[in-house]
Amino acid sequence: MFQWISRLVLFIVIFLFTFTAYAVSGINLPYGVTPTSREIYDLHMACFYICCVIGTLVFSILIYSLIKHRKSKGATAVHFHEHLGLEIVWTVIPFLILIGLAIPATIVLKHIHNTDRSALTIKVTGYQWKWKYEYLDQGISFFSNLSTPQDQILNNAPKGKWFLLEVDNPMVVPVNTKVKLLVTADDVVHAWWVPELGVKQDAIPGFVNENWFYADKIGTYRGQCGELCGINHGFMPIVVQVVSQVDFDKWVKLHRPNAGNEANQTLTMKPLSEKELMILGKAQYDKSCGMCHQATGLGLPPSFPPLKRSRVVTGPLDGSIAFVLTGVPGTAMQAFGQQLNNKEMAGVITYIRHAWGNDKIIINHKQPIIVQPSDIERVRRKNL
Amino acid sequence: MTDAAVYTQDPDSHEEHHGPEHGFKRWLFTTNHKDIGTLYLFFSFIMMFVAGAMALLVRVELFEPGKVLLNPEYFNQMTTMHGLIMVFGVIMPAMAGLANWLIPLMIGAPDMALPRLNNWSFWLLPFAFAMLISTLFMSGPAPDFGWTFYAPLSTTYGPKSTDFFIFSIHLMGASSILAALNIVVTIFNMRAPSMAWMKLPLFVWSWLVTAFLLLAVMPVLAGCVTMMLMDRHFHTSFFNAAGGGDPLLFQHVFWFFGHPEVYILILPGFGVISAIIPTFARKPLFGYRFMVYATAVIAILGFVVWMHHMFTTGAPIAAQLYFMYATMLIAVPTGIKVFNWVATIFKGSLTFETPMLFALGFLVMFTLGGFSGLMVALVPSDYQYRDSYFVVAHFHYVLVSGSLFTIIAGVYYWLPKWTGQMYNERLGQLHFWLTTIGMNVTFLPMHFLGLAGMPRRIPDYALQFTDFNQICTVGAFIFGFSQLIFLYIILKASFGKRTYQVSNQVWEGATGLEWTLPSPVPYHTFETAPVVP
Amino acid sequence: MKPIPKSHKRLTLLLVCGVIFMFCFCYMLVPLYQWVCKQEGINGKSANSAGSAAPGMQIDYSRTIKITFTTTLHHDLKFKFLPLQQHIDIHPGERKLIYFLAENQSGKEITVQAVPSITPADAARFLKKTECFCFTQQYFLKNEKADMPVYFFIDPAVSRDIKEVTLSYTLFDVGEFIKKQKHFTQGRIDL
Repeated sequence: MFQWISRLVLFIVIFLFTFTAYAVSGINLPYGVTPTSREIYDLHMACFYICCVIGTLVFSILIYSLIKHRKSKGATAVHFHEHLGLEIVWTVIPFLILIGLAIPATIVLKHIHNTDRSALTIKVTGYQWKWKYEYLDQGISFFSNLSTPQDQILNNAPKGKWFLLEVDNPMVVPVNTKVKLLVTADDVVHAWWVPELGVKQDAIPGFVNENWFYADKIGTYRGQCGELCGINHGFMPIVVQVVSQVDFDKWVKLHRPNAGNEANQTLTMKPLSEKELMILGKAQYDKSCGMCHQATGLGLPPSFPPLKRSRVVTGPLDGSIAFVLTGVPGTAMQAFGQQLNNKEMAGVITYIRHAWGNDKIIINHKQPIIVQPSDIERVRRKNL
Repeated sequence: MTDAAVYTQDPDSHEEHHGPEHGFKRWLFTTNHKDIGTLYLFFSFIMMFVAGAMALLVRVELFEPGKVLLNPEYFNQMTTMHGLIMVFGVIMPAMAGLANWLIPLMIGAPDMALPRLNNWSFWLLPFAFAMLISTLFMSGPAPDFGWTFYAPLSTTYGPKSTDFFIFSIHLMGASSILAALNIVVTIFNMRAPSMAWMKLPLFVWSWLVTAFLLLAVMPVLAGCVTMMLMDRHFHTSFFNAAGGGDPLLFQHVFWFFGHPEVYILILPGFGVISAIIPTFARKPLFGYRFMVYATAVIAILGFVVWMHHMFTTGAPIAAQLYFMYATMLIAVPTGIKVFNWVATIFKGSLTFETPMLFALGFLVMFTLGGFSGLMVALVPSDYQYRDSYFVVAHFHYVLVSGSLFTIIAGVYYWLPKWTGQMYNERLGQLHFWLTTIGMNVTFLPMHFLGLAGMPRRIPDYALQFTDFNQICTVGAFIFGFSQLIFLYIILKASFGKRTYQVSNQVWEGATGLEWTLPSPVPYHTFETAPVVP
Repeated sequence: MKPIPKSHKRLTLLLVCGVIFMFCFCYMLVPLYQWVCKQEGINGKSANSAGSAAPGMQIDYSRTIKITFTTTLHHDLKFKFLPLQQHIDIHPGERKLIYFLAENQSGKEITVQAVPSITPADAARFLKKTECFCFTQQYFLKNEKADMPVYFFIDPAVSRDIKEVTLSYTLFDVGEFIKKQKHFTQGRIDL
């Protein structure tokens, strides 16, 4: 029995290790692209090796006596049960090891807390369930939503490479620049975590926390929300694009609120065809609404009511628009007025009034189905 | 064995000496510590299957990326309920069950000090958990904010069922407080005259310390959920920044309870191990005195480290450094315990019956959990580990071995004493190996997942985490289903045909007052105080 | 049943008192926490009330600290709330007056409270305000506009490591928590 079992254990250990070697995923902390992430990595490895040494010592003594001191091998118990010297030794030695670990940890922590001059300040706000980035000096501000389509989550489409780790608007920062993050939340506690940058900072509603990173390698780094924040906690990833200073300047120029604002405004006001609206609307619905109201429009009652045959959706047009613009205070229904532009809003509302048989109800009531950006603008003005 | 001499019946006293009543009434009205211990143990056993099934549902959902079975809302309810029930419904009642059964036997007392209170403290539990579990069947979500129920997710944003959750926490808290009170009074006042403090078995010592911890922190939890209730319904703003409160205050209050709570779950287990290892090493426990001191030191340190659960919340560096140092310090007394156990095994005369196997499993895996504990204590590294699967792996290594394994070891160890029947050794060993393998296959890969960046409490994950999650799920099913063997062993020992009687001492190396009693233990014991050798 | 011995009663009573004390202690944690936060400046608690300068405070011209201002509107509050300057440089000990612009766009009268927060945590208790709109709740009529001044300084005792400080306000609708006081418009300039 015993032999059989030990063989089984051996087999499983070998299996696990070989599997590990072939597994695609990493098995250790990323080394990262910031000085802090590397210091953390080194500290982590140092602690790991110390644990390995202690573990080897303790377990070899244990295994030695498990093999040697068996009754079946004729071992008789030696009756010692106290030794002050030994007790002092294994109190003092671990204590010294701990001091040896605490010193580098303190140094690294001091470095992390060092908020020397930063070149760029970005305010990060956690929302249920998306992030908002505000570049304080550049005046740029945008939301960052999960961009993985619902179809992939529901297994109706093949999953992309960055399934659940992709967003519509990533945070863009220049390389070799100290970026300061001011982290806060709008509703519940979130945490902004990108392993490769070595940053995890809780976002607490009402209060601002600070953190920073200095990425020295161009690339795209991904992370996720690190604190349970409700139903879609797993669906609010973080993507940070580290680009060259030149590319960053270009990006800023493009996204400055004043740059090409006029053109943007007219562009978002241009009437669109029904087909265009539907394609735009479906994509935007997946991003902004589908998580809660579901691709089927059935929602997850009672927290998230269905949109199929909903009175609000199938009711008078201005009511529908106002509802989405202003949200419902005190519920999960947010005000999307600030988050979506007129074109996107028109698409979404056209889509939900069209889908799941809602169009038939609306036709019966002799109400329009198609919504144009100009309608949104009209309701916007009326509501303010 | 001179058991008859130790266990003497006094023919003059009649009221105390009837046997148990029959049927349902016996269990409902019982004030006998053995009956109540049995009730606690069976209750926690049932709850273990309930919470275990929830864990398996969670693992099924995580078997592959994309939606498998549960929608995210139900997934959160499952993780929350799994945590709450495992902590409050499985580990704590099981430990209380062991305490009820064993403390009077170990200290030579006829019963607990406050038997009627004892009955009440058990019977609060089924109602508390009926209330908690009923939320799953209500319209609207059950509690879905994690077992740590951080505000404002559980206050402003909590589902309606949160109020049921709050009251059930109140009931559980009351139950634990009463049980702890009873245990303290019993240990202080009911010891046999010759049972000196430094002769107390370590299980009794650990439970004494645990009981004080319970008395100190369960009221804090009660206060915490009462504040939540007031915030939800009476327009106070303890945890709402708008009214001058602070969401962080919730985390402070919760972890002021929460960290000692972890030791409440583990310390009695240390006691069980300190009873089992000497028995099967046939050698007295090494460093008894230091074991007692270490237990007390762990408990005291447990009160001053709570903020290490909140390193990422943006505290001043001085606070972070203090809590890091204090946390690392806990490794010292914990290390002392581990080294003493190893020293007890060293040069013993070892046999490997099931209780010993579970004790050894505990020793190895708890040490591993301790190592990852040391790693998460370092603030800079903790920035990367916090709320990742690394933490999930860490606390499952510590709690599954420190609590679940020790409880199972204890049950195997004392089951022959309680029932008078030996369990099937081969089945017991099979149970051990399957459980240990299942447990490691489940939780070892979680370390890698966490390091690679998978956050905890997510219902769906990115593609690169797939392989390890699949291994975890397979392991979880081995781990879960192997408990059916345990179920069979328990049922057979409790309700099966009496096959053969075991000796009073049961185990060759067992020492202590409980082994001087007949097996099975009579309904009333130690009515005259025994003499402690 | 035997009567419960006296010694049990005494010990039980003692323990029950302990339990009641711990329950009360949980509530005592609230003021205790506020006090610690105020001392340590955690979460800007020290910024909630008027601070005073040490007598004979000197301006330390050898150091310059950059103060960044930022505002957050809590949960879809319809308000305009902006700092008039994004950031300023200040010497420790120097008093500065800066303004925030607030405009009620909610279409109804509303009572709001600005909750201050200062980072880094180690600098928080050294940023002291002598006047601030955040000391009290603020009542706004429909479409009312106001300039909200903050008069503050940095205590020269601040650590030399601190070179940047962020002062942030989150504006909350406090309709549920209106304090029993006259509707406040104190400490601001109506426009």
